[in-house]
Amino acid sequence: MPPAEKTLDEILTLAAAHFKVPREKLSPDDDFFKALGIDSLQALDLLTKLENHFHVELPDYELQGVADFRTLAGKIQARL
Amino acid sequence: MKQYQGQTLSWELKDRVIEMALHREPLNEIGSQTLEELEKFVAVLEALSHDAHALIVYSTLKGGFSAGADLRQLYGWIQEFGQSEVARHAREYLQRIHAVMNALDAAPLTTIAAIHGVTFGGGFELALTCDLMIADKLARFCFPELRLGLIPSFGGIPRLKRDVGNAVVRDLLLTGRSFNTTKAQQIGLVSQVVGEGEALRAARATASQMAKFDRTTTRWAKKFIKPIPLDELRQEIDIFCELLPQPAVQAGLKKFVENTSAQPYLP
Repeated sequence: MPPAEKTLDEILTLAAAHFKVPREKLSPDDDFFKALGIDSLQALDLLTKLENHFHVELPDYELQGVADFRTLAGKIQARL
Repeated sequence: MKQYQGQTLSWELKDRVIEMALHREPLNEIGSQTLEELEKFVAVLEALSHDAHALIVYSTLKGGFSAGADLRQLYGWIQEFGQSEVARHAREYLQRIHAVMNALDAAPLTTIAAIHGVTFGGGFELALTCDLMIADKLARFCFPELRLGLIPSFGGIPRLKRDVGNAVVRDLLLTGRSFNTTKAQQIGLVSQVVGEGEALRAARATASQMAKFDRTTTRWAKKFIKPIPLDELRQEIDIFCELLPQPAVQAGLKKFVENTSAQPYLP
């Protein structure tokens, strides 16, 4: 699996597990607020979980306007 | 008085440890009511310290430690007092806040902030008054004030400067970005990182250890290693009151108060 696809897959798996949503219900281009049913505070939890998992820092200003898993994966991939 | 049950916070002295629980919905926004209840606590702190060796501050709310100052109240003051008078009103309020924060900073016992979740702005500033921060892995810290055209005003900058390097202070303030517990430990703010939901337990264990030490020695050590930057704290109030009447601040606060997007806690 190419690195970017692997990152995306890990994000989907981690988000599904943390917010207790079936993994198969999540798609890369989903709006994660809607797909996970989360609010802004839970989005911060997700951000922290992802930073801890990938051992990266994601300045939240870089995530402004980002709402789909694929774009999020691209932001993380750029810092790996 | 061994316990207190307030609207925004409660505390109890038990087994020589005072535990203060913050519980103002939605996320421990610090406004006038919280200030009054903190003032009541500070008024009895010296007396309580005869029977206690540690103070633990924590939040009972799922979302985190505190989202910071009550910005809706601040925006309301601008509407109520107008741009010409709001700075005077804010100065009086901030002097009271600083008196409380300084008293907590210099508390005659060891203080521990047990942190989870959102720890932003004024909530972060409250945590910075404590001797130790113990945070769980999902805690998130931020000074978002510059997004609103303001600077932190509860003593945040001088206390941050006391505890970490100036480059870190500039990064956190000038970007307004949030950062996680791992980063907070790397820069020297958080002394212990624990698993999710474990901060209070770890704080209690740490408080137990501190009970073994001589009280007088602990007080002297604290006075020596944790000076209160009083001059800079006064300057902070001056700068905040200079900025507050600016139109950009009113616009920033209005945008925040009226924000209905899904990400109000993000920049």
